[in-house]
Amino acid sequence: MPADTWHSGRAAAPGLAAGPLFEMPEASAGRRMQGSAEQESEALRAALGRAIDDITILQQATSTDAAEILEFQVAMLSDDALAEPAMEQIAHGMAAEAAWREAMDAQIAGYASSSDEYFRARAGDLADMRDRVLDHLLGTADVVPPPGAIVLATDLAPSRFLAWDWSAGGGVALKGGSPTSHVAMLARARRVPMVVGLTLPARLPEKAGAATVLLDGAQGRVNLAPEAAEIAEFERRRAGELAAAAHWESFLHRPASTGSGERVLTQVNVADPAELDHLDPGICDGIGLVRTEFLFHDRAGLPDEDSQFAVYRRILDWAAGRPVTIRTLDAGGDKPIRGLTGESESNPFLGVRGIRLSLARTEVFRIQLRALARAAALGPLKVMLPMVTIPEEVSDTALLLRDEIAALGKAGIDCREPDLGIMVEVPAAALAVERFPAAFFSIGSNDLTQYVTAAARDITAVAALNDSANPAVLELIERVARFGRHTGREVSLCGDAGGDPAMIPLLLERGVRNLSMAPAMLARAKAVIAGWSGPLPS
Amino acid sequence: MSDARVTGMAEITNPTGLHARPAVKLTKLAKAFGARIELAFAVEGPWIDAKSVVKVMALKAPRGAVLHFTAEGGDAAAAIAALLDLVRRDFDEAPHEPVALPEQGHAG
Repeated sequence: MPADTWHSGRAAAPGLAAGPLFEMPEASAGRRMQGSAEQESEALRAALGRAIDDITILQQATSTDAAEILEFQVAMLSDDALAEPAMEQIAHGMAAEAAWREAMDAQIAGYASSSDEYFRARAGDLADMRDRVLDHLLGTADVVPPPGAIVLATDLAPSRFLAWDWSAGGGVALKGGSPTSHVAMLARARRVPMVVGLTLPARLPEKAGAATVLLDGAQGRVNLAPEAAEIAEFERRRAGELAAAAHWESFLHRPASTGSGERVLTQVNVADPAELDHLDPGICDGIGLVRTEFLFHDRAGLPDEDSQFAVYRRILDWAAGRPVTIRTLDAGGDKPIRGLTGESESNPFLGVRGIRLSLARTEVFRIQLRALARAAALGPLKVMLPMVTIPEEVSDTALLLRDEIAALGKAGIDCREPDLGIMVEVPAAALAVERFPAAFFSIGSNDLTQYVTAAARDITAVAALNDSANPAVLELIERVARFGRHTGREVSLCGDAGGDPAMIPLLLERGVRNLSMAPAMLARAKAVIAGWSGPLPS
Repeated sequence: MSDARVTGMAEITNPTGLHARPAVKLTKLAKAFGARIELAFAVEGPWIDAKSVVKVMALKAPRGAVLHFTAEGGDAAAAIAALLDLVRRDFDEAPHEPVALPEQGHAG
């Protein structure tokens, strides 16, 4: 019995990769001899020049939005003011790499602590510039992994990931990093398997490097010294997955329709606008759910109207005319927000969440409604309320919304009254859907399932009961879909069931024809839809 | 004569403030003039070099901030006029820029 040679980390981008191991030399571990102050400042100047050259070349090969960020990097690196603090430290006897790192870290910290989303996002660009110049200083810049390699590193700059050719396969194993990092997002978008937070023994097995290593992105693990039989088995799985993925992929850029030719709208769910950066809007019919909780996290205070407006505008820009459904803040209970949510409750899922919290804190809610009404003037934006239980919650919100629109109009600020719809996730709303004055309905299958089955999916002992395929859940879904068909009001479904290959046929059977899901699920979901045939229920 | 000092001010109405792209545009424009150009949030300063994108970005100027400009040199008047115009045009950031769709990948 061979020793278990798998090492675990966290899943960051799914997929299987097999190839030679390529260990990235660490910029921080790079060594160079420190010279005189003149030599050090000359070394830093030369590294800056080469970093600018790199980016200029990269710029010519990238799309418009990426090129603009690169232009910004070139402008910053070309400005003497950037390296000025580092040059001063060098004059005082510090080594070039230490001086540069210190100067840039101070700048990065300044941006990272900004209350403005746009400025905060620039911290990543500065970190990228810092690493690129360090790479040149330490001579690690020209490192390019061989095609198809499994790259092992502590962390990886997004620009570096983008600069490499992944067409021959390969994967990334990071000792640091996080599944929500920019580079992990890029890896998912480019379908490069990635594992992060990997724990490895201090000394790698000697076999590693020459031979094949295995990386399982979905399970978040790597095998640095697989047996021949393991490799063969892994390759069989990989060939199977690649064939299936290629089949699904062929559906991605086409509108979805069933085997009988009936059109099904497929939209994407978005939790953070950064997810959209490398996503082609042509693969979807719109955004069925934008979660806005991200706006309220990691900042000193609650977001103001202008910063919310800027984010909504950016999302509308991406969608380029496709409908965008933005859900108002769904906080409370298990998702506390400092300065907003109240005392902890004994049963948070039955407490002050979603629209209940918004209507209890109208001074915060009004700001979001104003920003949404302003953004609605720019494109097809719709507003969706979470956790609606009674019709009055919708009419109360409509009054607030009209109130804010009147105020905006008086101030001469462009705005438009967006369609107001609701999430159907509380059984009371699903059972009495006809009572709600909503322009559209979106079934939140996760919460609906948990409220109908009275079982939470994060409680292992009852997780099996939390089943969206439970006939009672399906009956409610069917009821809402039928109501929508008969009244001409849009009904979509935006829970996990919408992208679940096992659930999709059941949803289609019950008359759902509009599904919103994580972008990564789209290709397979469209393939499943194409493979299903059946009539639309009456 | 060459030391003519010209000042001006304009409010940032661009929704996302003086972020990366506008900062690059502003400094590029400033560099097109020979005059020494500085900018600040208030007449009392602190004044920063309007030709340095690093310093302009470090202002983190949001929408609603008022930018004060001062320029000294032969083309100071033209520089101030051009810079104020750029700020008032929202740095030519169209209010609703369409996102260019990549042409590849639309097969089928």
